[in-house]
Order: sequence, then structure tokens, then C-alpha cells
Amino acid sequence: MIILEKRPQPSQFWSYGAPLVAVIVTMIFGAALFAVLGKPPMEALSKIFWEPLFGEFNFFYLPQLLIKGAPLVAIALGLSLGFKAGIWNIGAEGQYIIGALCGAGVGLALYPMEARWLVLPAMLIAGAFGGFAWAMIPGILRVKFNTNEILVSLMLVYVAEQLLAAMALGAMKNPEGMGFPGSRNLSQYASASSWIDQSNGMHWGVVLALIAVIFAYILFTKHILGFQINLAGQAPRAAAFSGVNPARLVLFCLGISGALAGIAGLTEVSGPAGVVSIDFNVGYGFTAIIVAFLGRLHPVGILMAGALMALTYIGGDVAQSSLGLPKAAIQVFQGTLLFSLLGIDVLTNYRVRMKQGAVA
Amino acid sequence: MTEPLMKLEGLTKAYPGVVANSDVSFEIEAGEVHALLGENGAGKSTLVKTIYGLVKPDTGTMTLDGKPFTPAEPRAARAAGIAMVFQHFSLFEALDVAENVALGMENPPPMSALAQRIKEVSETYGLPLDPSRIVGDLSAGERQRVEIIRCLLQDPKVLIMDEPTSVLTPQEVDILFETLRKLKSEGTAILYISHKLEEIRALCDHATVLRLGKVVGTCVPRDTSAREMAELMVGGTLHVPEREAGETGETLMQINGLSAPSPAEFGTSLKDITLEIRAGDVIGIGGVAGNGQDELLGALSGEIRVGAGQVAFMGQDIGQLPPDARRTLGICAAPEERMGHAAAPDMSLTENAALTARKRKALTKKGFIDWGKTRDFAKEIIERFDVRTPGPGNAARSLSGGNLQKFVIGREILQDPQILIVNQPTWGVDASAAAAIRQALLDLAAKGAGVIVISQDLDELMEISDQFAALNEGRLSKPRPAQGLTVEEIGLMLGGAHDMEVAHVD
Ligand SMILES: Nc1ncnc2c1ncn2[C@@H]1O[C@H](COP(=O)(O)OP(=O)(O)OP(=O)(O)O)[C@@H](O)[C@H]1O
Ligand SMILES: [Mg+2]
Repeated sequence: MIILEKRPQPSQFWSYGAPLVAVIVTMIFGAALFAVLGKPPMEALSKIFWEPLFGEFNFFYLPQLLIKGAPLVAIALGLSLGFKAGIWNIGAEGQYIIGALCGAGVGLALYPMEARWLVLPAMLIAGAFGGFAWAMIPGILRVKFNTNEILVSLMLVYVAEQLLAAMALGAMKNPEGMGFPGSRNLSQYASASSWIDQSNGMHWGVVLALIAVIFAYILFTKHILGFQINLAGQAPRAAAFSGVNPARLVLFCLGISGALAGIAGLTEVSGPAGVVSIDFNVGYGFTAIIVAFLGRLHPVGILMAGALMALTYIGGDVAQSSLGLPKAAIQVFQGTLLFSLLGIDVLTNYRVRMKQGAVA
Repeated sequence: MTEPLMKLEGLTKAYPGVVANSDVSFEIEAGEVHALLGENGAGKSTLVKTIYGLVKPDTGTMTLDGKPFTPAEPRAARAAGIAMVFQHFSLFEALDVAENVALGMENPPPMSALAQRIKEVSETYGLPLDPSRIVGDLSAGERQRVEIIRCLLQDPKVLIMDEPTSVLTPQEVDILFETLRKLKSEGTAILYISHKLEEIRALCDHATVLRLGKVVGTCVPRDTSAREMAELMVGGTLHVPEREAGETGETLMQINGLSAPSPAEFGTSLKDITLEIRAGDVIGIGGVAGNGQDELLGALSGEIRVGAGQVAFMGQDIGQLPPDARRTLGICAAPEERMGHAAAPDMSLTENAALTARKRKALTKKGFIDWGKTRDFAKEIIERFDVRTPGPGNAARSLSGGNLQKFVIGREILQDPQILIVNQPTWGVDASAAAAIRQALLDLAAKGAGVIVISQDLDELMEISDQFAALNEGRLSKPRPAQGLTVEEIGLMLGGAHDMEVAHVD
């Protein structure tokens, strides 16, 4: 019989090793899955993990990696603050949408003024503010009325999607768009475009995500706020005794994660996406939850996890088009990553032992 | 000679940086109450955890009933007839007694049958306890009875008790001892850990003394004085705290009609408390735990905010100030529960030093923590308060109970507070370290600080207090000079305290 035994102290080794093992387990599972679907498993894996990085067309895929990875990393970083402190923002997707709408709104309102020093910064501020404000709704409700921020933030995603549709079809619709839904293309409006170098996939969202990684790293290693976030998550009573204000912590964590999601939304809409359209959001806000945990809620870990996740997206597309793998199979593959991480995570706190015979 | 019930031979257990047990051997007979004595960190808890299957020894053997005994986990130890009552209870406050007992069993019988069994056992052993009561409403002593009954239901051969009396009132201790004597008469062996040497003299047949993990002596407690035992533990002479009779100075803190609801679900609200703390004063507050001690400390430390005009420091109303602002003014506190309240168990001692000392020790600059300086402060606490640990990088959880207590108290005293409020300052601390902590509190007062000591230990309060007051159901009696208070007078002040009768055992 196999039994699980609680470790006296969490294992250092497994705490870092679990994500690696999870990736390997996912690969094995994926290979089996692809084989069952009648596709060559090794080739499928290499299409996912090798092709985008080192394949013939990597000049096309590598920029995609930055484009997909940046919003994941930025949003996951914000979420990790709250997750460490036991504050569960599940609605980053909504904050992402509202950030994009607010930022795009400013950009569209200023159109066609040409002043890059003004328009893009104003849009960034508006985007960050939009995400921040949207996250403040569950924040203030929790602080004032002790509502559950998980439910409220999640419900607000659906509200945000309705708003997005209304905007894309109404107020933000391109007047020169011949009746098609969707706004003007912001990436073609020089002062509003978030592109720095489109051919390499560089846009302001990438830069800001990297800056956020550095800030988060400093926050957690050097700053009292990072210490308080950890303290509140590990020992809430000790945190209260130490003088951590729980309400302020909730607002801070939700506010920062909202603002980061908002910035991610804005840099997406004014760059890679270009237009405010009904199907603008593709689930970065939810995937970022996986990225945050896969990265151990650690800034550098999140950077690596974001890159890995982006790789499975792009590699998934490659496998889909070249091998004809169904999209659902790729999604199952990504889901497996989280599952196996959670499963293997048990080893951080427990040890597996074999036991013979029955126990009295 | 008959075979002893349990025999330990050459048990050794090393942790990184410390040898917790080193070549420990002794024997326990059936029907014997065997004491384990030793300073904080001497390795007592580690040893009993080994017997209970929680710790695996590096070397050494154990035999039970003449057969080799190597429990891989507590379940195996329990199956072999070992039961243990931990100092920290593991009970669910929202459930009733019977449900809590059932949760600890492998195959619980139906609830009604279990309630019946609990009633029987509690009557046989003189442990008054109603199976249908909610645990949240029980006193510390009653909660411990739940744990004991949980153990007794499995008919143990060896019952281990790790510092069972530190949270009990004298009456509750009497009840417990009656029960233990009854168990002893039935042939159960009891392994008993305590720092209260007079109790050990009253209860135990044999004692094994540990120092730095090694057995350094044995004695028969009845024939040995408490002082002799303490000196055996320390390997030196015992220092008794002394105080120079200082003048009390100006009023530092004024508590005026303090009333506050408890934030805890089963807590006690504070009702109309009035108290004046002067410079150089040590005020002892006695009473049974759960009568508002936590709440009083919280209201003074800033964890609980109170209405205008209820707490003033040097004439300034501070009732609404948060903990950090109060520390900046010079008000420090050390709560009773060290794991998870006074200290964060999984954080290092360095991080735990930053927990309360960052303002007064200027450990942060513009919000950035100076970890070097913080580590130095943690080192200073470790040195000055003789905290036994390999270094400040160790997690608070890895310290023995008494050593963490020394760290927590040291952290507050070394911040040089104007007012210090401590709750159970020597809980689980060995005799010589307790004396050192009391001395440090007295020295602080001699330097002109006001000290409030909340404790259940009346001897401790009488030893160090200038004034004594009793806390009872959230009300504080009028403080009286401690000198010359008689036991009867104290009893009257504590009056209305749960007057529990010692249960009659047939
Ligand atoms: N999990 C652990 N990791 C590292 N060191 C440990 C661990 N548990 C105990 N120790 C160390 O082992 C030594 C013995 O600890 P133990 O808890 O047995 O002491 P004790 O005699 O029960 O003391 P006290 O009277 O203070 O409760 C201490 O130095 C302690 O720091
Ligand atoms: Mg101990």
C-alpha cells in the first residue's frame, strides 16, 4: 500500500523541482494523448516545444512568444501578490478588458492628434486606472461588506465582456469602418501604437512586464510591503499583531493586480490586437492564474512560467496546423500542466512511502 | 526483578546544528509516574515525540513489554498502547466534545454510544465533562480533559503529557492530578514533562534529568528539593530574581472605563476596565485564562481599537492608534500564543525580529528593510536571552517552546519600551530562564518603564508585582499593593472565578 506522510518541513528540493517534473509528466501524458489520437507523438511534441524556438520559421514564432508571454507575465505577477496574502483575484480577465477599453477610449478620443509623447502615456495611465478601478469593486466590497472577492471578481468578467461588446458595436465603432463592428486600428495610429519594433514582437507591454518582474523581485526581497504580504498569508494573527492593516493589504494587492492587468490589456489593444472588437479577450486573465502557480508565485519563476505557457500556445498552433491536431487536444495538454503541477506539489509537503501488510 | 514496561536505550537524534537527544537511556515501570526534567531545548519534547512515532531516532532502540518497539507513525504508537497529550490542543472550537473525540479516532463508534463512553470514562476518572458541549465554550482545563479522554478511550499503557499544567488553574491542576493518580493505581505508566518543580515533587515517583540532550542524572522528586532539581538541570546555581525597591514615577498610561467586544467568536468582552500605570510600576494581573486576557493585551497593543478616551499614553488618546504607531510611542507587547501570534512559525528568527521591532530599532528606511541590521538585532536577542538555536536563520518553528518564548520576550524588552504588556511571559520556560525573564522585566521597570504582567501563575505575580489585580469575565478588580496580600485576599479578588471543586474519585 502506498501512503502519504506529512513532512515536518516543506521540502526545498520539491518546491523547486515540482514545476520541472510537472512539465515532464505533461510531456509524457501529451505524447500518450497524441498517440491515441493517431498522431506521431514525438513529432507533435517537437512541433510544440522545438519548432517555435529553433525551427525553420522561428523568425516568425519568436516574436509571437514575446507577444503572448508579456500579458501572461504581467497579469500573473499582479495576481501573485494577492495569492501570497490569501486574496484571490480570479477576475483579471475583466480588469484586462476594462483596462483596454479605458486606454483605447482615450486613444480614440484623441485621434487623429499626432503627439506620441502625450497620447500613448495618457492611454497607459488610463489603461492602468481602468484595471485598477475594476479591481477596486471586489476590493471595496470585501473590505466594507466582507463579500467574497473570488465571486465578485469573477462575475465582473462577464460584465466586462458585455461592456466590450457594447463598445465594439457602439461608442467605439470605427466611423469609417463601413458598418463592420470594431474600432479604428490603434496600432496604425502612430501616436497610440504600443509597438516599439513590430518585426521583433517588441511592444511596450513587453518592456513593462519585464520592469514589473524587477519591481516585484525587489518588493519581496527588500521591501516591508512584500514582507507584510508574506506574513499575512502565512500567519494572519501575527500579521495583525505586527500592525498589518488587512483592509489596506486587500486594496493594495487587488489594485496592483488590476492595474497590471489593465496595462496588459491596453498594450495588447493598441499593438498586437489593434482594434477593440467583440472577441478581443482570449483568456490571458485566466491562464495567468496557472502561470502564477506554475511560477511558484515567485517573480523569476513567473517569468519562466509565462515563457513556457506562451510556448505551448504557439507550439500548439503549429501542431494544430501542421499535424491537424484538434484544438481541444492542445487545451487538454495545457490543462494537464496545471493538474500535474498540483499533483506533484503534494510532494513538497508530503512524502510517499510504501507500506506492506495491513495496519491495525 | 520483573521486566520494565518500557525501556529506552541509547536514543540519539540530531537536527542540523543541534543534537536534541544524545544516547538517552532509561526505563519506565507499569504504574509509575516518571518525570522528564530539563532546561528549554534540553530535548524533552523530542524524546517523547520519538516514543510517539513523530520523530525517528538516528540510533537507539526502544522496547515495550519486552518486545522491540519502532513506531513508524503515531498511529502505530497508539495501536501499541502509547497515548500523548500535547501542550497545544488540536481541537475544533465549533464542534462539540463528542465530535472532537470522534475525529481523533480511527473507527469511531456511533455518536450516541460514543457520548455514553465519554460519560463513563469522565465519571470513572473524575474528569467532569459534558459530551454535548461546544468546545469553543470550554476553559483551557476542560479542553485538556477532552484530549485526555480521547487518550483514555484507547486504554493506554503509557500516557505521555508534555507540559500539561502550564495552562491550568490550581484547581484544574488538582483535578488532573487526581485523575493521574487513579490511572497510576490501575497500572498505567505516565511520562510527565513540566517545568513546575513543586508539581513534580507532588506527583512523580522518579525523574530523569536531561541537559543538552544527555541524561545527566536521576532523582526521586519526593526526596529532592525544587532548588536541587533546578540546579541539577542547569548544572550550576540558581539565580533568584531580586529587585531594588524603586520609586514609582509619573503616570505613563491611563486606562479609563475600557470596554470592547472581543473579536474572537468565543472570546470575552472587556467591561469597564480602569487602571493607571506609573513609571517603575510592575502590575500583575491574575485570573483564569479566557477571562479577557487576550483581549486586554490586544486593546493595549493596538490589535483591538477602542473608543475615544479609554486608553491614554502620557496624556495622548491612543485608543485608535494601530500597533506600529503605539510601538513608536514606546508601547510594546508580547501575546501569550507564540506560534502564529507573537511569531510566524515558518519565518526565520531574523524575519520574526522585523515583525515588531522595525520602528523602534529603525530596521526600515523608506520602507526598505535593512536585513543586515535586522539579523544583528536577532543575534542580540539570541545572545542576551540565551536562546538556544544554531542561528538567526533558523525558522521559529524549529525552536523548542521555551526558547521561542525567550526570543519573543527578549525582542520586546530589547526595544526599550516605555510600557510593556506581557501575557504568560514564562509559559513553558524552564526555572532558570524564567528567573532571567522575570529579572529582565524588573530591570526594565527599574529603568523607569511601566510593566503589566498578565499571568495565571500566582507565585510568579507575587514575586515580581508591585500591585496586583484580578481579571474575571472581562472585569478588572481594583489593584492593590502586592506586598502583604494573603492567599485569602487573593482568592477573594479572583472571586467569582470558576470555583471548581476537586472531583471525587471513587
Ligand atoms: N524540527 C526541528 N528542526 C531543527 N531543530 C529542532 C527541531 N525540533 C527541535 N529542534 C531542536 O532540538 C532541541 C531540543 O528541542 P525540544 O523541543 O526537544 O526541547 P524541550 O526540552 O522540549 O524544550 P522546552 O522545555 O523549551 O519545550 C532544541 O535545540 C531545538 O531547537
Ligand atoms: Mg518542549
